Amino acid sequence: MSVSINVKDVVKKYGDITIIPDLSTTIKNGEFFTLLGPSGCGKTTLLRMIAGFNSIEGGTIAFDDKIINDTPAQNRNIGMVFQSYAIFPHLTVRQNVEYGLKIRKVPKAEMKQRVDEILKIVKIEEYQDRLPERLSGGQQQRVALARAIVIHPQVLLMDEPLSNLDAKLRIEMRSAIRDVQKQIGITTVYVTHDQEEALAISDRIAVMKDGIIRQIGSPQDIYARPYDAFVSTFIGHSNLFHGTLKSADGGYKVVFNDGYSIFMDNISSEAKDGEEVVISVRPEEFSISETGIDCKILSRVFLGKYTNYFLEFAPGMVLDDQPSIEYSQDLGQADRIFDEGEMIKLLPNKKKINIFTKDMEKSLIKDVVKYAE
Amino acid sequence: MLNKKIKLDFWNIVTLLIIIVFAIFLIYPLLSLFLDGFKDSKSGVWSLMNYIQFFSKKYYTSALINSFKLTISVTVIAVLIGVPLAYFMSFYKIKGKGILEVLFIISMMSPNFIGAYSWILLLGRNGSVTKFLEKALGISMPSIYGFVGMLLVFSLKLYPFIYIYVSGALKKIDVALSEAAESLGCGGLKKVFTVIMPLITPTLVAAALLVFMNCMADFGTPALIGEGYRVMPTLVYSEFVGESGGSANFAACMATIMIIITALVFFLQKWYINTKSFTMSSIRPIQPKEPNGIFKVLIYVYIYLLAGLSIIPQAMVVYTSFKATKMQVFVDGFSLGSYKKVADKALAAITNTYVFCFFAIVIIITLGMLIAYLTVRRRSVLTSAIDSIAMFPYIVPGSVLGITLLIAFNHKPLMLAGTAFIIIISLVIRRLAYTLRSSSAILYQISPSMEEAAVSLGDTPAKSFIKVTAKMMLPGVASGAILSWITIINELSSSVMLYTSKTKTMSVAIYNEVIRASYGQAAALASILTLTTVISLLVFFKVSGSKDVTM
Repeated sequence: MSVSINVKDVVKKYGDITIIPDLSTTIKNGEFFTLLGPSGCGKTTLLRMIAGFNSIEGGTIAFDDKIINDTPAQNRNIGMVFQSYAIFPHLTVRQNVEYGLKIRKVPKAEMKQRVDEILKIVKIEEYQDRLPERLSGGQQQRVALARAIVIHPQVLLMDEPLSNLDAKLRIEMRSAIRDVQKQIGITTVYVTHDQEEALAISDRIAVMKDGIIRQIGSPQDIYARPYDAFVSTFIGHSNLFHGTLKSADGGYKVVFNDGYSIFMDNISSEAKDGEEVVISVRPEEFSISETGIDCKILSRVFLGKYTNYFLEFAPGMVLDDQPSIEYSQDLGQADRIFDEGEMIKLLPNKKKINIFTKDMEKSLIKDVVKYAE
Repeated sequence: MLNKKIKLDFWNIVTLLIIIVFAIFLIYPLLSLFLDGFKDSKSGVWSLMNYIQFFSKKYYTSALINSFKLTISVTVIAVLIGVPLAYFMSFYKIKGKGILEVLFIISMMSPNFIGAYSWILLLGRNGSVTKFLEKALGISMPSIYGFVGMLLVFSLKLYPFIYIYVSGALKKIDVALSEAAESLGCGGLKKVFTVIMPLITPTLVAAALLVFMNCMADFGTPALIGEGYRVMPTLVYSEFVGESGGSANFAACMATIMIIITALVFFLQKWYINTKSFTMSSIRPIQPKEPNGIFKVLIYVYIYLLAGLSIIPQAMVVYTSFKATKMQVFVDGFSLGSYKKVADKALAAITNTYVFCFFAIVIIITLGMLIAYLTVRRRSVLTSAIDSIAMFPYIVPGSVLGITLLIAFNHKPLMLAGTAFIIIISLVIRRLAYTLRSSSAILYQISPSMEEAAVSLGDTPAKSFIKVTAKMMLPGVASGAILSWITIINELSSSVMLYTSKTKTMSVAIYNEVIRASYGQAAALASILTLTTVISLLVFFKVSGSKDVTM
């Protein structure tokens, strides 16, 4: 039933404005694929092109081998969950779920059985005769999901389906969506701007910016080994430092601008001796140490599990225009909490930190790929 | 101490005053009308004779049946014209949409009887089109008088209601709903009938009933163009005015029957809306598409033909007002003669209109704001009673309201018949609703803490209302007040019952001139009225910042 989606050299333009210049990717049969990016990056545009609600100005989109560029939305056999849910307000929950089956002229007995089943899966059986108005946001979300899945679509498309729910419900619903998707095994394309949601739910994530996919990879890879500095700062927080590579025995010494250096053995062969680089360190990749980089604590936020410190380094150490330089202190490991104005020494974890080229477009860590299968 | 207590009870006093005003000018007249219907006209004793007479004579029942026939036909035609129009205008890119919308609104806001009168000028016995066809082609037109003419006039006059309300509903449909249908495999006409139509049905029903009530209650159109085709409003009028020896009691009985019908329709609608309605809020409304091919040609012809037909009455009136006349008959050439005559003879009607309407609108704004405040901010049994009573005028046809007021105030101690006061009262009662609704709407948007702040700083409730809340309400109130204003300057149905030679208004004067076949003066007056309406509408668009007249 389910298919792979092959996007090849796709172009989207609105008049003279190009939203997507040239995009190619393959979404595997049965996988949960997430398009993640800041607003205006073209993720929803791409999803709507796959759905058939946006025209395609160049390239092809195919379900398996069948090019669907000119197939109208209603003939693509897709299931779509909208940001606003788009539940028909004049129909009851059950009638909403039945709608697509009626269009397909599914026999009555089979329709009843399929609807009963899906209502059970998404846990809204008891509301089936209600009008949507009398449902909570989470319940409406479940109706939208049931309505999209019950028609046995080839692909399931979801456009920021959780963005209108409160934080607690979002977490509950994302595992519900994940469970249902795995149970049915349907190829799913999911659009979100919420990185935590993307990390929690996806098989693979495509991080987009300005109509271009910056990286595709598993949630773990995207977080731990970002391909460029945009991905490293967009997913989670990363502190960016100026640095230089110095050839050393079996690897490179990564030298910070204050002269402090660490030895790394996982630098790729593309790196050159003396190359200026950008060093990316996540707040949790620092630890307090006797030796390390000097910095001053500007302020702190106590968050229970962690304490977050906002730091100031010596001039010329870090890149300009970063919103903040942070260190997260795990309370399980901490001897004490530091005060504002205190000077501390921080040691970056050489197994975890990432090194980018000076233009920040490419990772210099060994075996980091831009588009992972 | 006493002084302080009165100040504290400011809103209670206002509540009481409004109840007294309503009791005197609304409840008491309607009650007298109702009771009068059960009195024998000669002896004055209680009896069911009037009702028995009405339902046993074919002369009367046929008028009732005629009214239903006409009203139902008009409603069906208006829906059939208005819904496709709304659909095309909302879902397709149409050149000149802005101007078209204004034209439809103008034709909706102008009085029914001007439409009737212009169509007489065109297609009547001496109508220009009739004459042209006879002379040039030897074709004799079917008569425009009677059922067909009324059908034409009412349908062309009332379909904009359907169009405007349904357009409003279509704008509230989120594009995602349409896309959801497509994603589930449903496109084209099937989508229209399974998703779009059901979504607009509650609004469509509401608009259709508005058309029904308007057509059922209108007096001017059947009076001018109906001729032998008797309908309820004309029957009530002739019975009451008594040219053929009618009786007030019998008229009261018929008026009561009309109120019962309109009330039933009204409550049916309320019930339907309450059970069937659902809220829609569109984040992204449906974007109009470019139509193509033969379909494009067809919808352009449809839209522009309708717009043309709807604006013909206004254009015709203005055109003929500049035609030269001789002994009340139009002759070749143009002149300002009709306007000169109006200035000589009918100046009083013009000043009356503006003066009466000015006082009426001042009262409407004051009452509207106070009642809105009471029902929104001071909910109690009494204030919700006021709210319900303020809905009464919806179900009382204009001509019936005129009779009602006359029956009630035709004797001491409240001998108001023949005064300007009674006309102003009728105007206030008829069109308070627009201002009341816009006042309530704006009040829901103003935080009560504004006023509480004023009180905490030492103002009395009365002062804080006038200085803070009322001032903040004004912009919202204004849009409703302009709609009230437009409808009262065009009011005929009730004024025609209440006027005397001294209190004649423009609409009444036009009606009289048309009856006397003095078309030149009628055209000049109607042009002035139309101009006032158009200017007021333009002010409304500016003030409210939208073209939404569906209050």
